[in-house]
Amino acid sequence: MKDILQELQDRRENARLGGGQKRIDSQHAKGKLTARERIELLLDEGSFEEYDTFVAHRCTDFGMENNRPYGDGVVTGWGTINGRMVYVFSQDFTVLGGSVSDTHARKICKIMDMAVQNGAPVIGLNDSGGARIQEGVDALAGYAEIFQRNIEASGVIPQISVIMGPCAGGAVYSPAMTDFIFMVKDTSYMFVTGPDVVKTVTNEIVTAEELGGASTHTRKSSVADGAFENDVEALAEVRRLVDFLPLHNREKPPVRPFFDEVDRIEASLDTLIPDNPNMPYDMKELITKVADEGDFYEIQRDFAGNILTGFIRLEGQTVGVVANQPMVLAGVLDIDSSRKAARFVRFCDCFEIPILTLVDVPGFLPGTSQEYNGVIKHGAKLLFAYGEATVPMVTVITRKAYGGAYDVMASKHLRADVNYAWPTAQIAVMGAKGAAEIIHRADLGDPGKIQAHADEYEDRFANPFIAAERGFIDEVIQPRSTRRRVAKAFAMLRNKSRQTPWKKHNNIPL
Amino acid sequence: MFDKILIANRGEIACRVIKTARKMGIKTVAVYSDADKHALHVEMADEAVHIGPPAANQSYIVIDKIMDAIKQTGAQAVHPGYGFLSENPKFALALEAAGVAFIGPPVKAIEAMGDKITSKKIAQEANVSTVPGYMGLIGDADEAVKISGEIGYPVMIKASAGGGGKGMRIAWNDEEAREGFQSSKNEAANSFGDDRIFIEKFVTQPRHIEIQVLCDAHGNGVYLHERECSIQRRNQKVVEEAPSPFLDPETRKAMGEQSVALAKAVGYASAGTVEFIVDGDRNFYFLEMNTRLQVEHPVTELITGIDLVEQMIRVANGEPLSITQDDLKINGWAIENRLYAEDPYRGFLPSIGRLTRYRPPAEGPLGAGIVRNDTGVFEGGEISMYYDPMIAKLCTWAPTRLEAIEVMRNALDSFEVEGIGHNLPFVAAVMDHPKFIAGEMTTAFIEEEYPEGFEGVTLAEAELKRVAAAAAAMNRVAEIRRTRVTGRLGNHERRVGSDWVVSVQGAQFETSIDADHDGATVSFADGSKLRVEGNWTPGDNLARMTVDAVPLVLKVDKITQGFRLRTRGADLKVNVRSPRQAELSALMIEKLPPDTSRLLLCPMPGLIVKINVEVGQEVQEGQALCTIEAMKMENILRAERKGVVAKINAGPGDSLAVDEVIMEFE
Repeated sequence: MKDILQELQDRRENARLGGGQKRIDSQHAKGKLTARERIELLLDEGSFEEYDTFVAHRCTDFGMENNRPYGDGVVTGWGTINGRMVYVFSQDFTVLGGSVSDTHARKICKIMDMAVQNGAPVIGLNDSGGARIQEGVDALAGYAEIFQRNIEASGVIPQISVIMGPCAGGAVYSPAMTDFIFMVKDTSYMFVTGPDVVKTVTNEIVTAEELGGASTHTRKSSVADGAFENDVEALAEVRRLVDFLPLHNREKPPVRPFFDEVDRIEASLDTLIPDNPNMPYDMKELITKVADEGDFYEIQRDFAGNILTGFIRLEGQTVGVVANQPMVLAGVLDIDSSRKAARFVRFCDCFEIPILTLVDVPGFLPGTSQEYNGVIKHGAKLLFAYGEATVPMVTVITRKAYGGAYDVMASKHLRADVNYAWPTAQIAVMGAKGAAEIIHRADLGDPGKIQAHADEYEDRFANPFIAAERGFIDEVIQPRSTRRRVAKAFAMLRNKSRQTPWKKHNNIPL
Repeated sequence: MFDKILIANRGEIACRVIKTARKMGIKTVAVYSDADKHALHVEMADEAVHIGPPAANQSYIVIDKIMDAIKQTGAQAVHPGYGFLSENPKFALALEAAGVAFIGPPVKAIEAMGDKITSKKIAQEANVSTVPGYMGLIGDADEAVKISGEIGYPVMIKASAGGGGKGMRIAWNDEEAREGFQSSKNEAANSFGDDRIFIEKFVTQPRHIEIQVLCDAHGNGVYLHERECSIQRRNQKVVEEAPSPFLDPETRKAMGEQSVALAKAVGYASAGTVEFIVDGDRNFYFLEMNTRLQVEHPVTELITGIDLVEQMIRVANGEPLSITQDDLKINGWAIENRLYAEDPYRGFLPSIGRLTRYRPPAEGPLGAGIVRNDTGVFEGGEISMYYDPMIAKLCTWAPTRLEAIEVMRNALDSFEVEGIGHNLPFVAAVMDHPKFIAGEMTTAFIEEEYPEGFEGVTLAEAELKRVAAAAAAMNRVAEIRRTRVTGRLGNHERRVGSDWVVSVQGAQFETSIDADHDGATVSFADGSKLRVEGNWTPGDNLARMTVDAVPLVLKVDKITQGFRLRTRGADLKVNVRSPRQAELSALMIEKLPPDTSRLLLCPMPGLIVKINVEVGQEVQEGQALCTIEAMKMENILRAERKGVVAKINAGPGDSLAVDEVIMEFE
């Protein structure tokens, strides 16, 4: 018996060594941790339950039959993050370069199936050279099995991808279909085709970092939702994100004890809006002053800065925030910001996360580059996302809410539940000067008259009261009491239930 | 007594005057520019009159506008505060003509003392020792260089109408004399509308000590002892105290009596200040007389118990002084730190913007002393580019100097200012500087002790350990809270361990925490223990802890795996990790910040006045590259090292934000 136990022990130790000490050292030399070390940092200490430790591939071509390491390049199982269950797979670059084989894919599929059945998020730590070429179509089949599960799990359980090494070719499409992608700066990259192929096909000379590094994907492509300095920081921040998320779509978002007054007054918000309507201010200040303990987990911070998206807590419970940012492009809606916010709103709606919308929007960005690139359909995504959302929605208009953008930003008409406005709000079809020039076209030659008309328009519409008279604004509130007002509104909406007609699924303008 | 007075000023000094007026039962009128519509002084005053656009030369220093405001409100007297019109004889004359009392000295005295050249002559005639220098006016840069050479370097180039460091330059050679003359002249023209310049010998190893005098219109005069204001940056006072740790009773008496004599010689009647340079042998030289209330007057009030503003109002009302020299004893010690919206990590360049957070320490008793905070701002208010970037004057008083310093340290630690760069870390560092503690400073203190600029504070091992203990205890609270989230897997909850590794300032502390109801005992690997108590909860911006019963106040921001903690001027990134996390963190590669050494970045929001170089030009270390105007000050940006200009991205008239690239080098 003792020998048998020893045998298990030996095999386990063999498996834990992955690709051997030399490869582990090489991984460390690059500032990267091993697959198992990453799991240790991601999960609560000692909580990891590993499965399929002894899985090995079945490939017999190209001498592969002589190299059948335990685990087959991926570590899978489940554990807890602050006591809440999550499933995890962590590709092991030290074992066959973390390449995806039939068996490697099966391991991932196994825990994904468990996750959907048992209702807990899947977190994938990606560090893989790609498909295992020796296996041919078996490897491709493996990828597709993962893709299919990503798709089925979408909207059922949160799926988070952390790119911690290479992720190229078909491999990118699994993370692409998860809810969040995070990258590690300088040590990770993602692309469909690498620099060598790019050079051959298009003659472009580009480095892997330029083509698909963290900076590219967080700033230019918006493929990634965030980037972190190193493995340790990335995994700590993923833990922090998971603290905000429900485990599955039938569960309310989590609540944790909070140390902040619900009715905290922020007198400084009374002066947040500058006297000059064309002066910017930082919407983040409002977000952090409304949030419990000033804690804001921003998503896609480096992309489309004219809209802010992220998570806060109110009375300990997660709330998703979408906010126009006047500091960037005056907070205008454009293709990028519409796409960014639409995806975030849909995530929140999938997972029963209430949405707080803070509005200061001068309209949609005009211009050929916007129109040629389809701002109509991209803008419609955000409109669609808000309109289909059934989670509690509270909206605060701080300043401008002009034109179609007013409608889009979780207006009353899109079934937002509580719509507040600050006294500084201006709800109108457009800015006063533009409106005067259209209504009083005949006076265009006379700047004095136009100014008078503009003043008249401003007096009439540059306030929240016309909208409040119609009930489109439920209440005009003091900026200083925004936190209390918003928190109470969400408290009131805790049992919100709204039914929509049966459909297979909608046809959002993709 | 007056029923109503107008305060022809803004900011903290307007608020300060209003407080005393209110105490005396006098109604107050504030004036304000467009930029000050929501300012605190407007809020505090009984009435407020709008006087024009933000720029001071279109509002606060336009005599007609102030006169209109007086007419409009029926104010019987005007307190001018400091700066602006406070030492403008034309303003005093206009008031006189209108039959409105000026809460300040007679016009004659202002005229006599207002001009630095005239005042020096009068002082000489009154047998007050003065600094050698050239008394005439200087026409051009060549003449400035010639005269400087005759006096002998170093020389001080000053605007005749100057004050508060504006229009003032020290030159150590011909080139600097030429450059200093030009900048002084420009600044003087911009700030005072008077570009007359003079030059005098710059006394080395000097201390700046000034005497507060108070005279009435009946020939009575007293001195309220001295203030030492030696800690200055670019001739702008930063730290002031009363009394001076340097003066002996004999010198104090001699300086005081001479000051009163000088005041009487010009028929002075109000509060005034006679400034001296004092050398290492306690020889003192008359510098100038300020015929107004000084910024730093609170320290004198704190050690004498006299409300100087009240005295000024009473004198202006024609009352004789009710105090005699014998009443004026020195009680305890007072220190003032001026908090400026100037970023110490960027060469003290002005930082303007919104005060997203402004929470000063509570005024009143603290530790062994008391706290006083004179301010004109509030949370959510704006530090604008139009005026002096002062945020507040934080003063402490205690029976002894060391106690007053200690109270100041604690007050600074709990002073929260966010949204703009400010010099709080710097003054906190000064409070811990051995030379300051020993009272051994000269006006060159900042230049000599921080030759490379302020690079932040490094805490000593013992203090670091206290911070580490507090961080470990705080982190445990935060981590335990995280485990209380809903949706946990029953019976498989996370248990927060007791061992934590704290990394801070390059040091690592292995700690073990034994928490109980009142706090935690933190044990270190060397066997030592520290007891941490305090009621910090996650999200609190200020942690008031005690470590082994000694107070430790920390400003707290959450960062990944730890906190950013600020205390005693130090700005610390503190990571608190489990032993395993720490072990794995050690494998991470330290990343170096991007190289900006070949770029000239705009250090402050401002306007480019001049680009001094061209593309392709070779520049020497220290060579002027461009001039930026911000906060009415011309700032010359210089080359940090030898190089060749590769590209210039901005030109004169461009308005730049912080960190915008002005030029690039090869």
